[in-house]
Amino acid sequence: MQPINHVAGRAIPFGRKNVDTDVIIPAHWLKTITREGLGQGAFEAVKKEPGNVFTDPEFADAPILIAGDNFGCGSSREHAAWALLDMGVTCVIAPSFSDIFSGNAFKNGILTVALPQEAIDRLMEVAKTDPIDIDLETQTVTTPFQDRFTFDIDAFRKHCLENGLDEVGLTMAQGDAISAHEAKAKADLPFLVRTPATVN
Amino acid sequence: MTTNPRTLYQKIWDAHVVDTRDDGTCLIYIDRHIVHEVTSPQAFEGLRVAGRKVRRPDLTIAVPDHNLPTTARKDAQGNILPIADPQSATQLAALRQNAPEFGIRYIDATDREQGIVHVVGPEQGFSLPGATIVCGDSHTACHGGIGALAFGIGTTEVEHVLATQTLLLKQSKTMEVRVEGQLGAGVTPKDVILHIIGVIGTAGGTGYVMEYRGNVFEEMSIEGRLTVCNMSIEGGARAGLVAPDQRTFDYVQGRPYAPTGEDWDKAVAWWKSLATDEGASFDKSVSIRAEDIQPTVTWGTSPEDVAGIGGVVPAPEDFADASKRDAVKVSLDYMGLTPGTKLTDIEVENIFIGSCTNSRIEDIRAAAEVLKGRKKADNVKWAIVVPGSGLVKEQAEAEGLDKIITDAGLEWREPGCSACLAMNPDKVPPGERCASTSNRNFTGRQGPGSRTHLMSPAMAAAAAVTGKLTDVRELVG
Ligand code: SF4
Repeated sequence: MQPINHVAGRAIPFGRKNVDTDVIIPAHWLKTITREGLGQGAFEAVKKEPGNVFTDPEFADAPILIAGDNFGCGSSREHAAWALLDMGVTCVIAPSFSDIFSGNAFKNGILTVALPQEAIDRLMEVAKTDPIDIDLETQTVTTPFQDRFTFDIDAFRKHCLENGLDEVGLTMAQGDAISAHEAKAKADLPFLVRTPATVN
Repeated sequence: MTTNPRTLYQKIWDAHVVDTRDDGTCLIYIDRHIVHEVTSPQAFEGLRVAGRKVRRPDLTIAVPDHNLPTTARKDAQGNILPIADPQSATQLAALRQNAPEFGIRYIDATDREQGIVHVVGPEQGFSLPGATIVCGDSHTACHGGIGALAFGIGTTEVEHVLATQTLLLKQSKTMEVRVEGQLGAGVTPKDVILHIIGVIGTAGGTGYVMEYRGNVFEEMSIEGRLTVCNMSIEGGARAGLVAPDQRTFDYVQGRPYAPTGEDWDKAVAWWKSLATDEGASFDKSVSIRAEDIQPTVTWGTSPEDVAGIGGVVPAPEDFADASKRDAVKVSLDYMGLTPGTKLTDIEVENIFIGSCTNSRIEDIRAAAEVLKGRKKADNVKWAIVVPGSGLVKEQAEAEGLDKIITDAGLEWREPGCSACLAMNPDKVPPGERCASTSNRNFTGRQGPGSRTHLMSPAMAAAAAVTGKLTDVRELVG
């Protein structure tokens, strides 16, 4: 996973509310067995709308996406995060995110920034013509026009994002605690940790 | 030891905490993991690349469902038929190879136990009350119907669970959804959950785990509870739960993976202790009168766009919120509907009875009851009934339900996700409508340009017979 400290550049001023994961990446793109190449299918239906921001050369390769409330709702497909990464987006700014999407984004090294609607409105305005800057260390979003918005982020998530840490490896280091839980469950609630396929 | 009164959710949570971090994130043990072909290939790829093993293959099963065509899987000679779509074939082949390679039981497309992940889990007794259950599909919430804490996860989490049998989670807030009173005739669990989503909205449960309480759920069958919990995600909640009770124990007992002997007794004793304590508090409560629930359908492209079948298509101006008004405009345009149209005047060309929401034996029975002795309307071009598993299919056939269905002019298919999502050959053509028992009416969900109306199996069967959205109470009384 790529460490992420600072994201700066143009932001795609999408702004739409309730963007579900079917919109981010339609189901027929889910038949892959690897993580690459999904950027092509990202926002496929929106890209067909005249004047949309995704085919506007102005925003080609923009690392930031601005959206409305409840971004990433709907299906849990992680392909939504992979599709964003594949199109070069490493930060999404919106008033709110679906739980599953923000989890998936985080696990793939995408920073999700939740800001109040007024801040989003302002950033949408700026994004049309100018770049935006997100600093994870200070948890701030700034523009060339002295705008400055601070955002909250979970301390653990921040640490992992900044250091590009892989969660599986982090958890495997806690193998002893997991074994201890299994041993206790085997004594107290054996049916939970045993199936007919369990050997001992 | 005295403890504070706790909710069902808190009790299950507490029993699964491996470790708690300073910021409140917990490492939670996962008791059961179901893997399917779409969200797992990249997870297995990740393990292989890192040289990691599956920690507890015995707590994991793998079954294909999303991509499988629901047409015959073998020819007349018993030879397995190839999958036409090359990408689906690749994913299915990957699961068939990955599962045994990592020591996981693989149920093949041609096995009688095969079916939709959320039908197979409870049916096999693999999903248990009080267990933590995950699967790479957001409708995993379904298993909450037997009192399990179950939720959908993404592929990176699938990899995390495979490698560590745990997940990093933050405790959710709790929400009580109480439905009390007497459900009217023709009002099914699907109507109950559609109505609830209409009341709370698709974001109403965001950040919460819902517990469904009240006499309506207590008196509901386990299959009905599975239907309700299934759509918790459409109400924004990651999981939904119904407290396990005697009905639950009776349902679980004797299933292939269910505990036996001494383990069973221990299990029941613990399950009985899980119900929310008197005096435990919820972060949010919603109360609904059962009498207010009608046979319900959706008219828009969000699961909250619901109305009783006696109603009309609303106008954007009917909504107070400006952004909802805009959404309704877009949605009515997509759905090709004019405000004020009576719902029962909307014609449908396609019928889909199936999906993990409504493909269990009770659902098939409910559809067959309406179809019995009737014929599909001429304007209905495509009508399929897709059982949730091979065992549901066998049971339905033993009861002669397949015959009733085919006599009425509907197709009886092989188990799978089918037209719930446009990933396999079962799709609704652009611009056409479908009366569907699935869980999502999003734009394009059943195929590009498809127009979905969600409803119960009985209502979908009624629509098949009349060719229009129909109040099922007019057909069976
Ligand atoms: S039937 Fe639909 S919702 Fe259920 S598991 Fe399959 S795709 Fe997911």
